[in-house]
Amino acid sequence: MKSHQEPRSGSSCAACKLLKRRCTPTCQFAPYFRSDEPNKFAKVHKVFGASNVSKILNEVPEQQREDAVSSLVYEADVRLRDPVYGCIGAIASLQKKMVELQHDLILARARLAYYVDQTVLFSGDGVNMCPVIDMVEASNGQDCLSFDHFSQFPFP
Amino acid sequence: MASSSNSPCAACKFLRRKCQPECVFAPYFPPDQPQKFANVHKVFGASNVTKLLNELQPHQREDAVNSLAYEADMRLRDPVYGCVGVISLLQHQLRQLQIDLSCAKSELSKYQNLGITGHGIIAAANAANHHHQQNLGINLIGGGVGSRDHPFHHQFFPSNQQQVIRSFDGGNAYDAGNLLAMNVSASIGQLSQFQQSKATGAADGMRTPVEPS
Repeated sequence: MKSHQEPRSGSSCAACKLLKRRCTPTCQFAPYFRSDEPNKFAKVHKVFGASNVSKILNEVPEQQREDAVSSLVYEADVRLRDPVYGCIGAIASLQKKMVELQHDLILARARLAYYVDQTVLFSGDGVNMCPVIDMVEASNGQDCLSFDHFSQFPFP
Repeated sequence: MASSSNSPCAACKFLRRKCQPECVFAPYFPPDQPQKFANVHKVFGASNVTKLLNELQPHQREDAVNSLAYEADMRLRDPVYGCVGVISLLQHQLRQLQIDLSCAKSELSKYQNLGITGHGIIAAANAANHHHQQNLGINLIGGGVGSRDHPFHHQFFPSNQQQVIRSFDGGNAYDAGNLLAMNVSASIGQLSQFQQSKATGAADGMRTPVEPS
């Protein structure tokens, strides 16, 4: 009997295509895994599993589900590219960079404070009061934020 | 019926199965840490974890399990963003640090460009004076405007700026390990244990086959 079957949707979402099941109008995945982005669900399915993703989505308010999916996709992508450390490697890298920048900033501020102090103390007799400071080169300013070599970070 | 003299690992306890001597989970999920496997199972699933471990060299599996446990814990605490929220926060803080550093370097260059002489210093100070209060008012360790109230702020920045400066001036090695070890959440294990081991050409190149769960 087909009278109780749910109507077939126009096209299956990427999740239902991968799972080889009927994509209903109430499909939980359909709003977030369009049929033209099959890899997106494939990654999430491989790392988390469809069942776990479904449970996570059920736990978050509807207005936050898109962000949750984006973060899951990102996390899955990073994990697949770095199976050992995943996002943890990225966090450790960012923390290391933060330590370096803090070090450079402390140095720069200390040296700036020295110059400022000298302007206060300088008596104006023309004598060079400032010793040569062995400058330690600070960060060369390269973009340290582009650790995200793996995929586009979903949250600006 | 094979019996093990050791108690079952946390995974086998959770899955209610016999813990075999060759259990893939046993080395990484000791019985005294039941929550670790429970979290990993809830987020990733035992089957996916088994497959992932199967694809790794034995010496990589402990780090992989620990990173999965960390990610699972973060995801359970923040179901929307998980550890990606931490990455976002760190990137924001790094941007602020870069801005602060650029400002400081810009100030320094004013002094240096005008020459390190008595009159030059006074000229530089006068030139920079109208920016002085603004730039030097930036809280160095505070990470800039608006970040001090962030819930993770005190965990990423030392509370005592002078202490940090003194330790640097003393020539001591800047203890990056402490900052690296700082946890987003106090209950999560230290990130410093995750040493990014370089991919070495494995001597054996063979993966030890692992029984699927």
